[in-house]
Amino acid sequence: MPEVIFELWVYMAASPLLHLLLTLLAFFLAQWINRRAGGSPLLHPVLVAIALLVGFLLITNTPYATYFEGAQFIHFLMGPAIVSLAVPLFEHRERIRREFIPLMLACVAGIFTAVISTVVLVRLLGGREDTMLSLVPKSVTTPIAMGIAEQIGGFPALAAGIVLITGAIGCLLGPPIFKLLKIKDHAVQGFAMGLAAHGFGTAQCFSLSNLAGAFAGLAMGVTGLLSAFLIPLIMRFFA
Amino acid sequence: MLEGFAVLLLFQLIGELITRLSGIPVPGPVLGMALLLLAVLLLKKVPGGVRSASEGLLRYLPLLFVPAGVGLINHGLLLKQDIWVISITLVVSTILTLIVTVLVLQGLKKLWGIEKDA
Repeated sequence: MPEVIFELWVYMAASPLLHLLLTLLAFFLAQWINRRAGGSPLLHPVLVAIALLVGFLLITNTPYATYFEGAQFIHFLMGPAIVSLAVPLFEHRERIRREFIPLMLACVAGIFTAVISTVVLVRLLGGREDTMLSLVPKSVTTPIAMGIAEQIGGFPALAAGIVLITGAIGCLLGPPIFKLLKIKDHAVQGFAMGLAAHGFGTAQCFSLSNLAGAFAGLAMGVTGLLSAFLIPLIMRFFA
Repeated sequence: MLEGFAVLLLFQLIGELITRLSGIPVPGPVLGMALLLLAVLLLKKVPGGVRSASEGLLRYLPLLFVPAGVGLINHGLLLKQDIWVISITLVVSTILTLIVTVLVLQGLKKLWGIEKDA
């Protein structure tokens, strides 16, 4: 490599600008690829963008911490974005009020299913106990899931990764399952997606409709709140 | 729009402060969302600036997951150890969770006599 280019690369690789810009470009490219593929959920823009960036970091041998120095500016917006979910919730307040008890009971049923099926499956398949404890909070939004994993004796970092993969799986499996079960109500679809696939599911639901997104956001919030109390209890009594 | 963004940050800050001080196991932004919802319910409307800031952020919600998702690069080794157990468990458990949630929700809505208005 000519020296000038090498020096430029050293400068660029250390500057947050490069990785911030690359994150945006990877996302645009991923959206374009997804459109070309007819919107296939297998090529979900978030997954494609992550794959592109992971590939780039591996090829250029860049540590994640260096990448995150640039990408943190995008990551930071997650906080205010979660706060802003209050607006669609407010818009659909009448419907949420009317369906409040069924929604809460469905949420508890969903949390029990997620936790107990995980415990049973990992044991049946002969997985390690600490793997199981890191998988249990998989449907819960990342910051809460990490706290739960720590509390019950799993690995918080692994739990965070598992949560992301679960979100992606939920985005892939949700639409065909709703079709199979003939669920057309966007509110019901959104609620199930927010419960099983937290923010990933919520983000996908907002591209379906504002109603689906609002109920997904509701499910994500309530699942997070309830799980923080329920999962340690369930683990104590059933596992 | 900018005022709205400041309001969102303010509620996040209040949420973070309360969780830090009280030690409740809930992330600050989630508590901030609950408090903002309470505030707009009391106001009985969403101020225009808050609405436009919220719509702007939520439109790009998928993008905001990318930086954290790239963090999977650090979990490669941990994931490899139990890869089959993890994959099968995640797929099957997610299918079960989605099915149970929609069926329970639909069943209870019928029981409660809530009209479908899809």
